[in-house]
Amino acid sequence: MSVSSPTSPGQQVEEVESITIRFAGDSGDGMQVAGTQFTNVSAIMGNDIATFPDFPAEIRAPAGTLAGVSGFQVHFASTDIHTPGDSLNCLVVMNPAALKTNLKDLLPDGILIVNSDSFGPTDLGKAKYATNPLEDGSLKGYRIIRVPIDKLNREAVKDSNLAMRDADRCKNFFALGLVFWMFERSSDSTLKWLQSKFGKKPDVLQANISALKAGFNYGETVEMMPVQYRVAKAKIAPGTYRKITGNEAIALGLVAASELANKRIVCASYPITPASDILHQLADLKEFGVKTLQAEDEIAAVGVALGASYGGAIGITGTSGPGVCLKSEAINLAVMTELPLVIIDVQRGGPSTGLPTKTEQADLLQAFFGRNGESPVAIIAPKSPTDCFNMAIEAVRIATEFMVPTFLLSDGYIANGAEPWLIPDLNKLPKINIIHPTLPNSGDSGKTHENGAGEPGKFLPYKRDENLVRPWALPGTPGLEHRIGGIEKQDVTGNINYEPGNHEHMINTRAQKVANIAKTIPDLVVEGEQEGELLLIGWGGTYGSIATAVQRARRNGWKVGHVHFQYLNPFPKNTGEVFKKFKHFLVPELNAGQLLLLLRGKYLIDAKGLNKIQGRPFLVSEILEAIKPFFA
Amino acid sequence: MSATTLPVLKPADFASDQEIRWCPGCGDYSILAQTRRALSTVPFPKEKMVFVSGIGCSSRFPYYMNTYGFHTIHGRAPTIATGLKLAQPDLMVWLVTGDGDGLSIGGNHLIHTLRRNIDIKILLFNNEIYGLTKGQYSPTSRMGTKTKTSPTGSIESPIRPVSLALAAEATFIARTMDMDPIHITTILQKTAAHKGAAFVEILQNCKIFNDGVFDNVADKSLRADNALYLEHGKPLVFGKDRNKGIRLNGLEPEVVTIGKDCALDDIIVHDEFAKNPTMAYLLSRFSNPDFPEVFGVIRNVTEPTYEELMENQLAAALAKKGKGDLQKLFRNDDLWTVE
Repeated sequence: MSVSSPTSPGQQVEEVESITIRFAGDSGDGMQVAGTQFTNVSAIMGNDIATFPDFPAEIRAPAGTLAGVSGFQVHFASTDIHTPGDSLNCLVVMNPAALKTNLKDLLPDGILIVNSDSFGPTDLGKAKYATNPLEDGSLKGYRIIRVPIDKLNREAVKDSNLAMRDADRCKNFFALGLVFWMFERSSDSTLKWLQSKFGKKPDVLQANISALKAGFNYGETVEMMPVQYRVAKAKIAPGTYRKITGNEAIALGLVAASELANKRIVCASYPITPASDILHQLADLKEFGVKTLQAEDEIAAVGVALGASYGGAIGITGTSGPGVCLKSEAINLAVMTELPLVIIDVQRGGPSTGLPTKTEQADLLQAFFGRNGESPVAIIAPKSPTDCFNMAIEAVRIATEFMVPTFLLSDGYIANGAEPWLIPDLNKLPKINIIHPTLPNSGDSGKTHENGAGEPGKFLPYKRDENLVRPWALPGTPGLEHRIGGIEKQDVTGNINYEPGNHEHMINTRAQKVANIAKTIPDLVVEGEQEGELLLIGWGGTYGSIATAVQRARRNGWKVGHVHFQYLNPFPKNTGEVFKKFKHFLVPELNAGQLLLLLRGKYLIDAKGLNKIQGRPFLVSEILEAIKPFFA
Repeated sequence: MSATTLPVLKPADFASDQEIRWCPGCGDYSILAQTRRALSTVPFPKEKMVFVSGIGCSSRFPYYMNTYGFHTIHGRAPTIATGLKLAQPDLMVWLVTGDGDGLSIGGNHLIHTLRRNIDIKILLFNNEIYGLTKGQYSPTSRMGTKTKTSPTGSIESPIRPVSLALAAEATFIARTMDMDPIHITTILQKTAAHKGAAFVEILQNCKIFNDGVFDNVADKSLRADNALYLEHGKPLVFGKDRNKGIRLNGLEPEVVTIGKDCALDDIIVHDEFAKNPTMAYLLSRFSNPDFPEVFGVIRNVTEPTYEELMENQLAAALAKKGKGDLQKLFRNDDLWTVE
């Protein structure tokens, strides 16, 4: 829907509900920066936003090649949006390789802004074009805007005294200035950002400002672009907002949990894509008492975290799937010794090294079952970048309240994707209550049992509360000296015990303790139709795509409901009840059907999977297509 | 808490109520008894002592000590101990490991724990064999050792634990043996007093799978001629008649007879506080029959500990930025307000 209104002679402004734009260029072209700046400005101007950065695993693949293309997609809208957009209204390409790898996502009649200076024979050769697509007619149907960005940028920054090579590095800001004009964006916050980034390098600062302004003015002056687009402010809940990625939200959530629990965080990790950002951020928050350690390997990282928990801190380790493989044994030690431990798995494409920078949801069964023996742990998964904040707090709460290792399953998509975050009021977040015993707990019943209960003055490390949780007694507490370890132990006393009956009792007790977590988590909420023909069941980072698809399906008159699991072990109490209200079930997952297997096994529902394993998130249209047959 | 207010403890106060399950005649019994004895003399609250171990015969140790204890997983005890020290830097953390646990499966963690100089006291019981898994060769087994997994003799060159600890920049390194109880006690007292990563190799006889492997020094009749006891500030003299010593010929150490080859003044004097680890490294290479095996404190230097440096950085951040304010941190980005 659009309304055209002339603002100046020959100048039209078209009002639209939402725009999806992608910046694509070589890894060295600064596309991530341009995209991030465009996002910030759009958020500040009141649009709802969702982003999708997409970059190669190599730090610098050879310049100009297909492997080296880096992209950043921004969806901004005057309505509530949950995804970075299926297809593009506007594509900015800095070279032929970027054109080749991104063109398929541009809508027919979409705007294609091309840096025409980079389409020489060598550039075309690197992108494996036999003929120049700008001249061979293959781009027919798109609204092509050729801009000699290299030349115009050099001209704009020629007074800055920069060497040619450095001058060329400003061209992302020229391109950004151009699209700022096209979508009526204000440059203020980008100018502020440049000031803070390059304040100490006046030449570079001035050059970038000149490039940005020149790009903007070029748009205004040149008549080849007769239209500007306007996206009105979105109607979103009142309050103060900022933009946040999932990894940022996890780091902030962990620090918030530390304050809510009045406990110190110790986070030990080994660098791994796409989780390293969490360690980077925590390492820079020492004024919050946060301790971080870059461990010698993944195993050491989880060991340090577990040791810290034993000592009374909140032990955290962050990683991705390959790291979880290495941490399995120590996670099982935490299961056995019943100590808190938070494991953050920012999932990426697997198996093995797989697709380090691409997203996937294929570690769910690993979190459930990837250890020897019967080894129940708590598993939760945030559904969006902002939800990472809440679920990081939940991970700390569950781990400490239930003395159990807790997985937080994020993924590369929500880890790097950004959306507006309504800044929470810390005073309204519930406190996390942790009690460490200081006195013996054997009681004084006058009757001494074989396991020591009733004998006064003893500390029994495996004497449990009503939720079957054992006490968290800290080294340093006089009179509570006790020993724990990975060998099976007698309940109550914690003494080594190999008796068959005791082993089974302990297995069941550890499982029941994890099941008891369900008492403390929210019920599953059905969105859309509350009962009827079809229920879509998702978990984790696919929320945005599924929710949007369900909204559209209902506009078509299809009776579709949607539940989204943030809590996976245990499942919410009402899960079985919800399932009874629907006839058919569709489970979209970025894996080969892992939640599907669990649900079919546990709830005996004849659910069908919708599986995509391409390292990329679901498009809304893909889910919509899968819904259609149920109503055909 | 000052030492004078601590209760007077006896070795028995460090004994837990658990039945000890090592084989009869195992060297571990002696080490356990001397540890209890040594700790009863250390002016430090018992509730602040923690024993952490990995997996293996030696790693059952924490169950037999009436202190806090954590029997962890194979090779990973240094990581758990590190985390514990980060959470509570004022604990006295002892780590009990063996040649398989510490040098094979856990070799990586041992190196990094030592180089970080975390204040952890590592006791490595070296019996040159895998005992708990019933007799396979270990990374310290000598070339040619015949075991179930090396029936025709091991073809692997053994690790010298002290050389490795030196390469990993350990600030305290000592060596002792199960058959010399008084010496163990002294060494453990010195270990307890050190601030930083301490590494103690304790030769320990495995009665079942490697009996007698250290007889040349464990047997009292052979010890004087085969063992050299290091003392700070004293010349490197050994032998039944105390007339053998170590002289340096360039960078080559040599065994000499005092009074015949040279005078006492020509013998090297042991300096455990030497910053330069070169001499300590030469000592770490001594082995029978060409040289005496060395026992005692090989290196003892003071460097800032990891946990001190970390606390310093936290304090510096606090001084520079003020106490962390979450509301401010949440707003540390471009903001906008929706009415």
